[in-house]
Amino acid sequence: MRLSPDQLIFWQHGWIKLNGTIVFTWGLMLVLAVGAKLITHNLSTELKRTRWQNLLEMIVTSIEKQIEEVGLPHPEKYIGFLGTLFLFVALAAVCTVIPGYEPPTGSLSTTAALALCVFVAVPLFGIEEQGLGGYLKTYVEPTVIMLPFNLISELSRTLALAVRLFGNMMSGAMIIAILLTITPYIFPLIMTVLGLLTGMVQAYIFSILAAVYIAAATRTRKPRTQPEPAPAT
Amino acid sequence: MDSSTIIAVASIATAGLTTGIGCMCPALGEGRAVASALTSLAQQPDASATITRTLFVGLAMIESTAIYCFVVSMILIFANPFWNNVIAGAAHAAGK
Repeated sequence: MRLSPDQLIFWQHGWIKLNGTIVFTWGLMLVLAVGAKLITHNLSTELKRTRWQNLLEMIVTSIEKQIEEVGLPHPEKYIGFLGTLFLFVALAAVCTVIPGYEPPTGSLSTTAALALCVFVAVPLFGIEEQGLGGYLKTYVEPTVIMLPFNLISELSRTLALAVRLFGNMMSGAMIIAILLTITPYIFPLIMTVLGLLTGMVQAYIFSILAAVYIAAATRTRKPRTQPEPAPAT
Repeated sequence: MDSSTIIAVASIATAGLTTGIGCMCPALGEGRAVASALTSLAQQPDASATITRTLFVGLAMIESTAIYCFVVSMILIFANPFWNNVIAGAAHAAGK
């Protein structure tokens, strides 16, 4: 019973192992990068455009709208990071339909790496927006006593991100594996569809939570200085 | 009862209890969350996009506690360090 694609070894030389996680992750990266490069090769701004460009535009504009709704006013600054998170996790889940493929997010290494990226990105965006002193001051809000709790909450949020994604993807793969040994064909098929659904939801959740953390870190706390506009009578 | 039996029994019983209790309580919480989301959807259908999105985010947070319990059960059954220790000890004793 394989717990994660880490244990699927393709090639080994001493202690250097080429396991399933690495192979599938690089495969996904290749698909995303090469696909994006091919589609954006000849962009057209007229009404007539290729369907792939249309698809990419739909994806990009909907991610931008989501980022704006979460509370980040300039989504183009964050869409590189948040969009990539969403696309990687979503593609990792969707490719489960390919036989022989196991989602690399079913390994704690991948999800921990993604969570660490978020852990590093949140202070980076916060410092970029508010300056180093302004960002560090958010840790002692509302009072200095909250400093250890704020620090612990940073760490536990990151841990929760990693374990949530890992648990969801691993449980999907494991349920299918167990059911395949019991009842072939119909029930594992239904569970695969359920796994696809939870994979997409978890991709959305991961990126929305990252966006919410970044929004919390970059929220400017200056008091409102302009007077409110007078209500129309 | 020697120690390996105690380890096996404790691991299996705890794994079952962890999944059992760990799936009950998040399910109750998620039921309440969905119920209140449905109520607010009925009262304000215009805000359905915000309500739905917040509902999903909240459900994912609640679900993650169930996932923690599931991960602990899986560790107890498949990656149990105490049981691996017992197996290594038994293999060592058989090989000697």
